[in-house]
Amino acid sequence: MLNRILSGDYPRSRALSVLLVVIGVCLALGPFLFPGVRAFSMLGMICVFIIVVASYDLMLGYTHIVSFAHTMFFGIGAYGVAISTDAFGSGFGAVFIGIGGAVFASVLLSLLLGLLSLRVKAIFFALVTLAVAFAFLSLVTQLYNLTGGEDGLAVRGPRELGPAFRPFDSKVPGFSVIDFVVGVFTQGSIGQAFQDAMFEVRVNGRHLMYYITFVTSVLVFLFLLRMVNSPFGRVLQAIRENEFRAQALGYRTVFYRTAAVIVSAVLATVAGVLFALINRYVNPENTLNFELMVFILLMCVIGGMGTLYGAVVGTAVFLLAQNYLQDFLGLLVQNAEPGSLFAELAGPDRWLLWFGLLFVLSVYFFPSGIVGQLRLWAARRRERKVEQASSAPVES
Amino acid sequence: MSAHDEMIGQATPPQGVLARFAAFRENKPHIFLLLLMMAVALLMMDPRTWVLLTISGLAMGAMVFLMASGMTLTFGLMNVLNLAHGAFISLGAFAGASVLVWLSSQASEPSLLINLAAILPALGFALVVAGLLGLVFERLVIKPVYGDHLKQILVTVGGSIIIMELIHVVWGPNEIPVPRPEALTGAFLLPESLPVIGGVALEKYRLIAVVLGLAIYGLMTWIIERTRVGILIRAGVESREMVEVQGYRIRLLFLGVFVAGSALAGMGGAMWAMYREIITAHMGDELMISVIVVIILGGLGSIKGCFYGAVLVGLINLYVGYLEPRLAAVATVGLMVGVLMWRPQGLIPVIKV
Repeated sequence: MLNRILSGDYPRSRALSVLLVVIGVCLALGPFLFPGVRAFSMLGMICVFIIVVASYDLMLGYTHIVSFAHTMFFGIGAYGVAISTDAFGSGFGAVFIGIGGAVFASVLLSLLLGLLSLRVKAIFFALVTLAVAFAFLSLVTQLYNLTGGEDGLAVRGPRELGPAFRPFDSKVPGFSVIDFVVGVFTQGSIGQAFQDAMFEVRVNGRHLMYYITFVTSVLVFLFLLRMVNSPFGRVLQAIRENEFRAQALGYRTVFYRTAAVIVSAVLATVAGVLFALINRYVNPENTLNFELMVFILLMCVIGGMGTLYGAVVGTAVFLLAQNYLQDFLGLLVQNAEPGSLFAELAGPDRWLLWFGLLFVLSVYFFPSGIVGQLRLWAARRRERKVEQASSAPVES
Repeated sequence: MSAHDEMIGQATPPQGVLARFAAFRENKPHIFLLLLMMAVALLMMDPRTWVLLTISGLAMGAMVFLMASGMTLTFGLMNVLNLAHGAFISLGAFAGASVLVWLSSQASEPSLLINLAAILPALGFALVVAGLLGLVFERLVIKPVYGDHLKQILVTVGGSIIIMELIHVVWGPNEIPVPRPEALTGAFLLPESLPVIGGVALEKYRLIAVVLGLAIYGLMTWIIERTRVGILIRAGVESREMVEVQGYRIRLLFLGVFVAGSALAGMGGAMWAMYREIITAHMGDELMISVIVVIILGGLGSIKGCFYGAVLVGLINLYVGYLEPRLAAVATVGLMVGVLMWRPQGLIPVIKV
């Protein structure tokens, strides 16, 4: 059963399995484990970006295609829904029209990009997509009649997915894990801490939207897992390892590459749709920015290229750091003299500096990211065990 | 294209002309495209505007050429794709701007000579700072990942983040206004007696940028085509192993090219800062798009292609920016896509892609 669901691609490391289960449980029960608006929106973002990063990994990690146009497809999805609800009202019909239009546009554009990349060398693809994504960004910013320009659009999604809709009248109990842990340490009494950690959740349409996002995210992840472990995925990896040889074996590498680009573009579009519905506001900054593209790249590489589990781990780690590293750095420089070099370097606005440094170092020393490193350690430990087992009888 | 066909079609009988035209298009695609674009633009606007836009486009092209030449050589010679090039542009702009602000009393004098006492140190400082950073960057960041494009892209993107954040640390996160030296403000008026274009006002700074760009293009062409170092660079682009077999240390040569390219990018950034008169740390990212279009247009590794590509990008930006301002960026990228469809290797390819 588990073998079927995971397509035979297990985490292959005990630490990684534990990490994945923790992330999965936190996301599945998230709204009932972490109180507060900030935590809730962050959980939603993690679910959305797992789709984005996992689909990016299909290109970057499995096929070694570097694309800088992934945010463009993400933005097409987000703007598709935003524009269509703007024009046709806030029903489900409008949402589906938006999805249809966005997916169509994405397929068309990615096909064109793919065909363009066939004519030129692989490295050109990175440059061409960078330029095309920039042109798209500038187009969206300029066509303010349609897209709202820099100000963006508010997404008026269906009422059933908004805060005004309440499926149940009664409240659902929640249990704040963080308050509980903090309470145990500060008060010493587990019972009292348990009491304090309880809170109540009033379920509304936003929770519904969150669970739609969560389920989609899980399904997309399992679909991608199935895909990379299928014969199709094998060919992609063959192209990554040695394109010439894959060609010699009779595979039309151009076809496989384009297919990978299209699949990943469509999934990014789906993620964009979910983002627009859950965030209820789209603008160029939060969907199309070049910085966002770099963040996606960072998440993918830090988690581990070529391992879909890396997308999950990388997304969770990066978004947590983005949200809470700033708080931490703020605490760090609280006592430092304002204006001193240390305060400038470690200030909360400089979190990206440290992440950039971490990124460069991880490319050098852990090229396969967190997941790759965990698997490597697990494999070494297994090897040692096998060695011990095989050497023991010889000694006796 | 139709405009061009007609122009030649009237002059001589069609049979031989068409063949000659096709040969011209194939052999000199850069000049063909340049003439075509200028002719089409001339048809769509009045000549006075056209002259103004053409000069401005050339000025922009000259500055973009400075920024792009280093990157195209780096790629051609060493097969290294440096996506942090934009960060060097930003750094040069900030370094030049701080010198200009520091020497603002000299810069605000109306005399050109006193102005030069501020401009030359500013450009020189930008050149040195970007060059030094290039040296450190090559040793620390790029050296370990030779021959691996994927890692180069990742590492240089990471390096670009770090440099931009360091710019924030040193100069603060806000936009900085840059004083343009007094002698470079204002415009020349063309004499009224000239036919059609009489009385057109040409901004001084743009003319100077064109002259400087042409001078540096000339200097680079001379170095590449006439000196021993140039021969080695060209040979290295052609076949790296062969140069190594002859006993030259191509790594050292490459380091020199990389440092020079970074320094030129910094100088281009400083000139851009004086042109725009306001700078942000992310200006490099935006210029990087033009740089990328230029090097793809020109053909990776080719100085001549880079120059013509830069001029084409500058011109199309200004022409389309005048006709429909909202589409300027789209037109730039459209030009690139069009050229890629027509000639996948770029206009003047040097290396076999």
